[in-house]
Amino acid sequence: MELLLDSLFNGVAIGSVLLVAALGLAIVFGLMGVINLAHGELMMLGAYTTYVTQLIFKLPILKPFYNSYIIVSIFLAFIVSGVVGILLEKTIIRKLYGSPLETLLATWGVSLILQQFVRSVPLAYGTGLVISLLIGLFLPTTFPSKIKESINFKYFKFSSWIFAALTGVLTGSVISSSVSKLSRASARNVDVTAPSWMRGQVEIIGTAFPKTRLMIIVITLISVIAITLFLNQSAWGMRIRAVTQNRQMSDCLGISTEKVDIITFGIGSGLAGVAGVAVSLLGSVGPNVGGNYIVGCFMVVVLGGVGNLLGTVLASFGIGIMTDLIGAGRLLSIWPNMPLPLSNTINFFATTSMARVMIFALIVIFLQFKPTGLFPQKGRMVEN
Amino acid sequence: MRISRRILAGLATASLAVTATSCGGGGTSGSFDDTVTVGILHSLSGTMAISESTLVDTEKMAIEEINAAGGVNVGGKSYKIEYIVEDGASDWPTFAEKSKKLIDQDGVPVVFGGWTSASRKAMLPVYESKDAFLYYPIQYEAQECSNNIFYTGATPNQQSEPATDFMYKRSPAAGGDFFLVGSDYVFPRTSNTITKAQVKQLGGKVVGEDYLPLGNTEVAPIISKIKKALPEGGIIINTLNGDQNVAFFKQIQDAGITPSSGYYVMNYSIAEEEISTIGPEFLEGHYGAWNYMMSIDTPASKKFAESFKKRWGADRVVADPQESAYNMVYLWKQAVEDAGTFDDNAVREALVGQKFDAPQGPVEVMPNHHLSQTVRIGEINAEGGFTILEETGVVLPQAWNQKHPSSKGFACDWTDPSKGEKYKL
Repeated sequence: MELLLDSLFNGVAIGSVLLVAALGLAIVFGLMGVINLAHGELMMLGAYTTYVTQLIFKLPILKPFYNSYIIVSIFLAFIVSGVVGILLEKTIIRKLYGSPLETLLATWGVSLILQQFVRSVPLAYGTGLVISLLIGLFLPTTFPSKIKESINFKYFKFSSWIFAALTGVLTGSVISSSVSKLSRASARNVDVTAPSWMRGQVEIIGTAFPKTRLMIIVITLISVIAITLFLNQSAWGMRIRAVTQNRQMSDCLGISTEKVDIITFGIGSGLAGVAGVAVSLLGSVGPNVGGNYIVGCFMVVVLGGVGNLLGTVLASFGIGIMTDLIGAGRLLSIWPNMPLPLSNTINFFATTSMARVMIFALIVIFLQFKPTGLFPQKGRMVEN
Repeated sequence: MRISRRILAGLATASLAVTATSCGGGGTSGSFDDTVTVGILHSLSGTMAISESTLVDTEKMAIEEINAAGGVNVGGKSYKIEYIVEDGASDWPTFAEKSKKLIDQDGVPVVFGGWTSASRKAMLPVYESKDAFLYYPIQYEAQECSNNIFYTGATPNQQSEPATDFMYKRSPAAGGDFFLVGSDYVFPRTSNTITKAQVKQLGGKVVGEDYLPLGNTEVAPIISKIKKALPEGGIIINTLNGDQNVAFFKQIQDAGITPSSGYYVMNYSIAEEEISTIGPEFLEGHYGAWNYMMSIDTPASKKFAESFKKRWGADRVVADPQESAYNMVYLWKQAVEDAGTFDDNAVREALVGQKFDAPQGPVEVMPNHHLSQTVRIGEINAEGGFTILEETGVVLPQAWNQKHPSSKGFACDWTDPSKGEKYKL
């Protein structure tokens, strides 16, 4: 019983890291069909956001709230990656809808730019840049409609960008002068240290579970529930589903597909940021952190069936549980007196590297029989 | 962080460039008769840059020190050392190309360089085919002995073997079972093959081993295996690479695998630089084995650390790979002066038997082109350094490991033409 519980927990823990990382991609790639190779780098931005938030919360004024920095950073990471995603959509992806190969190359280029960006730009100024993007993109949308419709709107927009740039530079300098670790560019990996209440283990029914893992499971669950509610219960969610199913028809019926695209991409990117917070709790944060997860993310989405969140959820937990079953050689402890050739085979695959090989092989075999994944979308329009 | 040190090997290229900038002035006090240009080839970009750039800094410092002391004296003339730094870009074929460039185009007499074993393996054919000379400063898996490479890092019998012995006989987990964890590439696998043979000889038991593919940070299955194999604590031998150590130590601490619950990790890739990156709070109470540790309390060691800080910044640290890089520049200088020429073959002959009073203590070049060195076992302390627990006498290098099944009974000797790369003892 304890063994089973332990195994299940491990599987769920591994699966939820995959799931939180793949969730944003399930929306961007699954619903919009955009192959976004910069998804991993949006995760990386989320991880760096956690690091920056942690350092800012060490400042004397925020010190009393230090223990809650991780919660704050979840929201900040969502905003940071979301804003960068929106910028990406507005400037690059929008021009490339319908040409997957070009999207793939362009987003790969973006991923290289983002990696080099965090290496070469001091994080304080990176933060300033994100803040100015945030203000520049959103300030104009808050103007009263009288101004928005006026012929001089472009001047208002222009001046709000100037304001945004100034604010960005100012915040950058303030952060850089108050947190010395953020004032110099560095290619060195950095570390996020979980607050003390998240370190160590907690005992449930006689088995000890690491708290950081539980936290990641909670973050994942909340993200999945929130996104499902959003897609199924809100007006914008309905519009997103409508556009996903039939773009022209939705357009004809008066849905602003342009806005839908921005919102969908922004949310997908924001979720990548949340995933960044989660992975920063497990390992170190560096320019390459996203690249380690991107293949896994695509694997999960493809296995789950493009365009289907339930499929993504099941695929992640499936892969997680399989990884643990094979990689930790659990079948042997469940069935200790297994016949020799079988137990040797299982032992052979019971290392992390070989378990990966085995899982990829199983996925390839599975896709031979069900090329569209666990839960393919049905309907004629889906095919084209 | 010093990622993948072992994996990676370095390069010391030996190409010599006797550029003649002749200046006719007297040979003393800062003025030189001539200059000699050497090659430095490390990754200055890409994933290895962080680690390898510390070696470039150290090599530059050694060269500056030699120049300040009057340069290299060859045949009665004093030569100022100049250097060309090339970027291997963390890409192994680039190391080979840049080596060719340094040897053919720049005509350098020697190349100092490399970190990963992969880069060394890529460069090796270049140096052998051009009969040039590479100086490689990283402790590595051995099982190699080239006439054209000079290795100043530790071989496994100068690091992992004394460490295993310590863990099994004298650590708080003495007599316990072993679990081996490493990144999935040549260094950890070779090193663990040796460790397994040694544990068997000692009468101990290896109850599990696992390798994490490079770039993977999901440690959960390894943790379950450790807990299953070592329920009451035991010895963990860790050969993971840079980044993966961060994930490993964060997660094992969360899972309760700590010194206070009886689990002791011996690390072969974690030096002072890595401790500060991973965070001493995750590593305190675990162990490391190196030839050089910054906490060695001798004037030579202190002088080395202080000069480095003075040259590159007070927040910098020195660690074992840097010490090896520092030694190799001085050993080259001594060999050239003894040979009285920059010519490869003469220098190679003069090199064997060179002694140097290194920061770690005396080292000597052996006929197999490796160094005799002292091995130290240290416990990681809260300040981010090592508390040195014990040190061996001088240990001779084994290019062909005597515990590895494929090389047992073989040795290497380049001073005797009848023996060479691999001969039966």
